[in-house]
Amino acid sequence: MSIQTPLGRVRGLGSAKSGVEHFWQQRVTAVALVPLTLWFVWSVARYAGAPYGDVIVFLANPFNAAAMLLFVIAGLYHMMLGVQVIIEDYVPSEGPKLTLLLVNKFAGFSIGAICAIAVLRIAI
Amino acid sequence: MAEIRSRPRSRPLSPHLQIYRWPVTMATSILHRLTGVGLAIGTLVLAWWLVAASMGSDSYGIFESAAFHWFGRFVLFGFTVALVFHMLNGIRHLFWDVGLGFKVSTANASGIAVFLLTLVLTLAIWMLAYRSMGAW
Repeated sequence: MSIQTPLGRVRGLGSAKSGVEHFWQQRVTAVALVPLTLWFVWSVARYAGAPYGDVIVFLANPFNAAAMLLFVIAGLYHMMLGVQVIIEDYVPSEGPKLTLLLVNKFAGFSIGAICAIAVLRIAI
Repeated sequence: MAEIRSRPRSRPLSPHLQIYRWPVTMATSILHRLTGVGLAIGTLVLAWWLVAASMGSDSYGIFESAAFHWFGRFVLFGFTVALVFHMLNGIRHLFWDVGLGFKVSTANASGIAVFLLTLVLTLAIWMLAYRSMGAW
């Protein structure tokens, strides 16, 4: 006999109050990043050394701008999840761990915001 | 004291990092983490590229001169290797996530395949880049 409440059983969550979100989001972003990464490296290699105007025309195309935006968002989200695990694995004491976890989150969102605004500024 | 010193060392020793033979799976595992950290730092370069492009040809010129410098190329080549390796080994992880490829021989073979494909894909990307730059 279980001491879990029916609601707890339905949600599939224990006292930790969270389940597999971190694991699952890491995988969802990983799957998304396979085609996005292939598109990214192919595009960058094709426009290596290209005149500034050509690069802008490429990035201003709505499909390219959308792909770049998705690559940046999925990539940085994947990065935040991954770096979080590394910090939790290797930094045992609470103070430095909490500090680094905050730095990870803030850096991820800051870089993401900067990249997103740059992409939108070119595209719009 | 003397008893302890004279006792024969017959107990098994746990493997020590310096003498431990590196299986392929161990190398790919730690490299997945290392390349992940490298790519996290590399996002700064990506941000610099996009911001420079958004700010005009002068800013873009500064980024380009840094990227074309031998050290810039070295960093970008390392970034490419890390990105390609992390992507290929990530695909391997996704197969493991659905329960495929766990046999030791399969895991070893897929690890070697990841290394070989990383080499091939990275060189292909850089050949394309140099062709774009008019190298040939």
